[in-house]
Amino acid sequence: MHKLWASVKKESLLLRRDAGALIILFVMPLALIITVTLIQQGSFKTLSNAKIPVVLIDNDRGNVSRGIRENLENSGSFEIISEREGKPLTETQARDAVFKGLYPMAVIVPENLSADLNQKVQVNVDKILKDVGLGDGETKAIASEVEPKEIRLYFDPATQLAFKSAVKNSIDKMVSELEVQSVYSLFQEQLSDSVAIFSQKSFLHFKEIMPVNGSREVIPNATQHNVPAWTLFAIFFIVIPLSINLVKEKGQGTLVRLRTLPMPYGVVIMGKTVTFLVICMIQFYLMVAVGIYLFPLLGLEPLQVEGKLLLMSVVALCSGFAAIGFGILLGTVSQTQEQSAPFGATSVVILAAIGGVWVPVFAMPAFMQFVSGLSPMNWGLNAFYDVILRNAHLADILPRLASLLVFFILMTGISILYDEKKRAV
Amino acid sequence: MSETVKNSIIRIHTLSKKYREAEDYSVNELSLDIPRGEIFGLLGPNGAGKTTLISMLCGLIRPTSGDFTINGWSYRSEPRKIRKNIGVVPQEYALYPSLTARENLVYFGSMYGLGGAALDGKVEEHLGHLGLLKHADKKIETYSGGMKRRVNLIAGILHSPMVLFLDEPTVGVDIQSKNVIIDFLKAYNKQGATLIYTSHHLIEAQEFCTRVAILDHGEVLTEGTPQELIKGLAQARSLEDVFLSLVGKELRDYA
Repeated sequence: MHKLWASVKKESLLLRRDAGALIILFVMPLALIITVTLIQQGSFKTLSNAKIPVVLIDNDRGNVSRGIRENLENSGSFEIISEREGKPLTETQARDAVFKGLYPMAVIVPENLSADLNQKVQVNVDKILKDVGLGDGETKAIASEVEPKEIRLYFDPATQLAFKSAVKNSIDKMVSELEVQSVYSLFQEQLSDSVAIFSQKSFLHFKEIMPVNGSREVIPNATQHNVPAWTLFAIFFIVIPLSINLVKEKGQGTLVRLRTLPMPYGVVIMGKTVTFLVICMIQFYLMVAVGIYLFPLLGLEPLQVEGKLLLMSVVALCSGFAAIGFGILLGTVSQTQEQSAPFGATSVVILAAIGGVWVPVFAMPAFMQFVSGLSPMNWGLNAFYDVILRNAHLADILPRLASLLVFFILMTGISILYDEKKRAV
Repeated sequence: MSETVKNSIIRIHTLSKKYREAEDYSVNELSLDIPRGEIFGLLGPNGAGKTTLISMLCGLIRPTSGDFTINGWSYRSEPRKIRKNIGVVPQEYALYPSLTARENLVYFGSMYGLGGAALDGKVEEHLGHLGLLKHADKKIETYSGGMKRRVNLIAGILHSPMVLFLDEPTVGVDIQSKNVIIDFLKAYNKQGATLIYTSHHLIEAQEFCTRVAILDHGEVLTEGTPQELIKGLAQARSLEDVFLSLVGKELRDYA
């Protein structure tokens, strides 16, 4: 115990005097979590000062294009641009501007869209009324003469697929609603001159049912997703200073002295584990404090941890063990900082990627979903989500916690065996 | 059993070491008895096997075959007892640069199971003997090479080991530091400790060592007091003459 305490004290002194490591350990994760949450919150939430500029070329000038414009404006997410320097933009100008990246997208409403849509609806309504014996027997137009129309969309090639997909779906929904409204209106016209016989309000709606914590709904927001994800990322970044710490001991020759001491190498490893575990927990509580107290000051949703902090701490502790195990193995097998630092950084990013920190696991290809299940960051992230968003209890997350601890034992075990093997060169 | 063997603190019996990817043995069936209380010099050209031999005796690497005992303890069955009773002063400054001399020494002393006032007292005493007391609370990274060597030496003897391994303890230091280190080691030897010393400074070895062994190709070529070895070779006036006559004058580039 005396030797372990001395090791912990030594590691703490070394860290306190390494400004670079302290920045990596405490400042970078805080900068990361604040930046990422601010950006992602902007994507999720409609902010009046962060509207997306959209070029709208209205060649129709009818009720449909008016509807599209109103819907885009009323969404609050878009700033409609139709002219430049006082002159209306043409489709060619809009396309060129978007392809150069000046605007993220352009919507081109074709000529006569409203008229043709009305004509098409008229034909269909007349046919239906005639079939049921209510029409006057004459169709006002021939359906085959009405060509299908297309609303053309141009996207900046650098636009992310998720954004394109979301915009396409919104416009598709918007056009469908306008079509339905046209049908209703025409029926209304044909069947009644004055009395509104159709309610044009949507009948079907969806309602998202949230998990309930006590009597309160747990509403996920960017903070609830980001704080655990990026806290975990920061915890795993401990791999870099820890592996450098071990590599430095080889370079300084101190490892030679440590190996001649009358104690197992495990004591050295345990000293580092305890110290870096304390760092992990400080990191975790700092991140949580930022989520609770600083985020509201930045206009972000606060992190909700009521009644969950203890369980979250257990998850952070087990994740810390897993990260430290990985760092110890990396530091043990690496010969130089040039090996350990880039490999450590890259491998943490890979573990985060396959662990679902950036892209949800369900959105990954089947093979990557399988690989994801092998990432300790995935176990930690899911344990955090279980606690924060799914109201899980300790028993529910025990398998994930056990996996994290087994990972630590496995990594340190391999490190000790590797060290033993190195002595038998 | 001869008197020398009875008084041997280190007994090495047909010890060999062949590194996994090496063609030749670095230490080849080497047998040697090192008497208690000696300042024993292991001398040899680069690649002779000195560092490999010391690394095995300190427990840093495992022998390929053979055996050795230190104070009667076999490295196979009682490695912990051996480690507890040996001290190592490696050629590198095996110290944490961002810690002060005192912090380094307290840490390494603690790893030997020392603690409290006894450890603090020993640290203070040795720092004083080696002229480092007023710099004790400065970081090692601010020290000169000679000062680092002295702290490196203290770290190896805090627990008063009965055998002290010294790998080129005076390399790269000024004459003043060298004299302080040599005097300190002689005083430590007088307290009964056995010193195992390697160096390329043959003049220093001749003055400092009470007994030497000259190694080459992993084998002991000769062994005795410096005076015995010089007398044993016609026209030899120094240990360097003996050394060169045994190992030759050709370059020994070793990679």
